[in-house]
Amino acid sequence: MRKAVILVLVVGLGCWGLRQAYNFHKELKRQATAPRPADPVDVQSIKTAGGGTGPELSLTDLNGKTLHTSDYKGKVVLVNFWAAWCTPCAEEVPQFIALQRKYKDEGFQIIGISVEDDAGELRNFYRKYQMNYPVVPGDIKIADAFGGVLGLPTTFVIGRDNLVHGKHNGATDFAAIEQEVVALLHAPQR
Amino acid sequence: MLESAIKIFLIPVTEMATTMKPAPITPRTLILRLLLLTAVVAAVAFASAQTSPKSADDLPATSQIQPSELLQSMKTSGLQPAVLYVGPRAFYLQGHIPGSDYIGPVGKPDGIATLRTRVASVRKDMPIVIYCGCCPWDHCPNIRPAFAELKKEGFSKVRVLYLATSFGVDWKDKGLPVVSGE
Repeated sequence: MRKAVILVLVVGLGCWGLRQAYNFHKELKRQATAPRPADPVDVQSIKTAGGGTGPELSLTDLNGKTLHTSDYKGKVVLVNFWAAWCTPCAEEVPQFIALQRKYKDEGFQIIGISVEDDAGELRNFYRKYQMNYPVVPGDIKIADAFGGVLGLPTTFVIGRDNLVHGKHNGATDFAAIEQEVVALLHAPQR
Repeated sequence: MLESAIKIFLIPVTEMATTMKPAPITPRTLILRLLLLTAVVAAVAFASAQTSPKSADDLPATSQIQPSELLQSMKTSGLQPAVLYVGPRAFYLQGHIPGSDYIGPVGKPDGIATLRTRVASVRKDMPIVIYCGCCPWDHCPNIRPAFAELKKEGFSKVRVLYLATSFGVDWKDKGLPVVSGE
């Protein structure tokens, strides 16, 4: 009987250990994907995307609302070219939502430009993920205004000075993006 | 350990088979069986908790062509491959490989139909290169269905242009030739 009790205890301890190992593994995975706290970055060191200015555009979002990019002057604007059919783009949306929520009150705005999405599917996606930033069905004119977009996801970061400070091709490095956004939000005004 | 496991699991079964009577289960064997079962379940659970290794690319290296090789083959005077673009129109209009034909996103049913029509009169031994570059290679929704369709149709020399990040990054930004428009 004593042996049985010891064995049960050993089994229980083993299960607890495995559970802890599993939780630790899950936590590591979560940390790898979640936006990390940003360290301050010297805004001058941010790689510029040709040093161009953010384009002046009038856009119509999913809800039929007209957006003028000029309305966002003085804010840090992140423009994300994406598509609901593009798996890596869709996977990034929750992190963009989190970024928008985190820095909204500091003068940060995300605009999503969707590329060749079916209107119904895009609307469903927008509702499902409760996206908290405007999404505009894109076209070539918009892509041209950003110097051409030949692949998704592509993300531009525009400073309060209306200069394009960053262009990110492919899967987004959210730690880098957040650092860039924070640096631009805190950059001294000229 | 293995011997014990055999004794615990197999002997009662063989005894059952010969005598048709359930073998007596002592507390010791019951606990040992429970231990073994727990170990197996825990091992399976732990293995599934690990990040599964990235699956091998379903497009083997022999079915891929690098941008430099394609460029070279387009410059030679021999048989030129048919270069088919199987991605979104918005990207094709902004920039595509000179001489490539627009098929459209083959990840959608219309695209598959267009691809079938386009290759209907093409010889099965004709070299064909398909490309997209709409998204990072591992996630492109178009190249795999296009490749599979052409293989299904019996084309023996189909290759896919390897564009790791996108057509913009891996072709245009490297200064390789691009034309825009239709």
